[in-house]
Amino acid sequence: MTEKTPFVDIRHAQKAYGDLEVLKDINLTVSKGEIVAIIGPSGSGKSTLLRAINDLDPLSSGEVLLEGVQVNKTLPHRQYEKHINEMRQHIGMVFQHFNLFPHLTVRENVTMAPKLLKGLSNAEADQLAEEQLAHVGMSERIDYYPSQLSGGQKQRVAIARALAMKPKLMLFDEATSALDPELVEEVNLVMKKLAEEHMTMIIVTHEMDFAASVCDRVIFMDGGVVVEEGPPSVVFQNPTQERTKNFLRKHLAQYAESSK
Amino acid sequence: MGLDFSVVPSYADALFLGVLWTIAITIVSALLSFFGGILFAVIALYGPWMIRLPFRFFAWLFMGTPLLLQLFLIYFGLVELGIDLPAFVAGVIGLGLHFAVYNSELIQTAILAVDKGQMEAARTLGLSRTQALIRVVIPQAVRDVIPPIGNNMIALLKDSALVSVIGVSELTLSAQLAIGRTYRPFEFYAAAAVLYYIINLGMEAVLRRIERRTQLSR
Repeated sequence: MTEKTPFVDIRHAQKAYGDLEVLKDINLTVSKGEIVAIIGPSGSGKSTLLRAINDLDPLSSGEVLLEGVQVNKTLPHRQYEKHINEMRQHIGMVFQHFNLFPHLTVRENVTMAPKLLKGLSNAEADQLAEEQLAHVGMSERIDYYPSQLSGGQKQRVAIARALAMKPKLMLFDEATSALDPELVEEVNLVMKKLAEEHMTMIIVTHEMDFAASVCDRVIFMDGGVVVEEGPPSVVFQNPTQERTKNFLRKHLAQYAESSK
Repeated sequence: MGLDFSVVPSYADALFLGVLWTIAITIVSALLSFFGGILFAVIALYGPWMIRLPFRFFAWLFMGTPLLLQLFLIYFGLVELGIDLPAFVAGVIGLGLHFAVYNSELIQTAILAVDKGQMEAARTLGLSRTQALIRVVIPQAVRDVIPPIGNNMIALLKDSALVSVIGVSELTLSAQLAIGRTYRPFEFYAAAAVLYYIINLGMEAVLRRIERRTQLSR
């Protein structure tokens, strides 16, 4: 049996801020179409790991590969810039605080990068914006400014903006953490829809229910290492590690009850 | 000898021409100071040191010396170097660069204050740092400093009176010429003051419109 190249391959990822080691030799692969949740207490390194995948927070050592191509290549500055800008077009990212461009309309938020980087004409870009915004249920707000939207609507637009670049991989960095509870569901629904379309997704989240219902695999991180990983049914129902059990007891009401 | 404003209307044409020149020099200098301010801010923050250091000296020169001296230097001084500028051009360059330096200080602060997430979001879409600055960061920074830049532009309008000393026949010089003929300084300076005030009102109205139009995009 030949070994298939993993879609995302993280090898010996290590990152330190001075003496503080936030990622300690992490190895992780993700297959095409797989949906992976990264959970863990704050400060566990989960966001840092996610942000290392598109080299937003560069690793101290180790490699990140997307379809066998190293993302965090060491290159002379100009060549690195060219390389990383090209790689990032394939890696969509959604942030906790949306980071929509407030000076642009919803339409312009979605079309700016495709027009600039892929040379789409105005007509093509408009069509793309209409498609992507319909996909997240935001067609009616196409000519609004972000300041006129609710948090949930902003995050849906941010997802459409990322999808407009037709990425191969989507990274979600606590996409619903900043939302009012009643707005979480509309964003989760969009993410579920993406999951059904077999988008490869890596999701850093605090929402255990969402991770359990949508993800193929759950990775529990603590203190810069992967403590435990497996299908949600295993990690959530029968964790083997003490640290996982402690974390779940605090974060998963269901687990706390069933383990009494 | 009492005041006699009846002499003013007979110089209305000259004063009106002065108003037009004042508006012209203000608009051209304001545009130069606005776009120059953006350019200077980018140089000050991101330029290579070989450009940044001479620029710092230049900024110090324009902020640390009187505008009147700068106008003399540009109009009379440069002649010695073989650069003989028309008075209007010298005035625009002096006023424009002087206020560009002040605008640049405002814009630099605003660029640094734009949320870091904006640059990150642009970079994750695949934009280069330069593209992200031009498309995302700088427009927001400029939008944020429109009110204080507007204040600078009103100061620019008032300081445009200084170019009368290098012979640009704007409003102040037009008033002076009329005084030279009539010996009625109070009447003509008062008339000029009223005209400056009216131009100022117009300018404030334009600035308010611009501010309102950028309100939604915050």
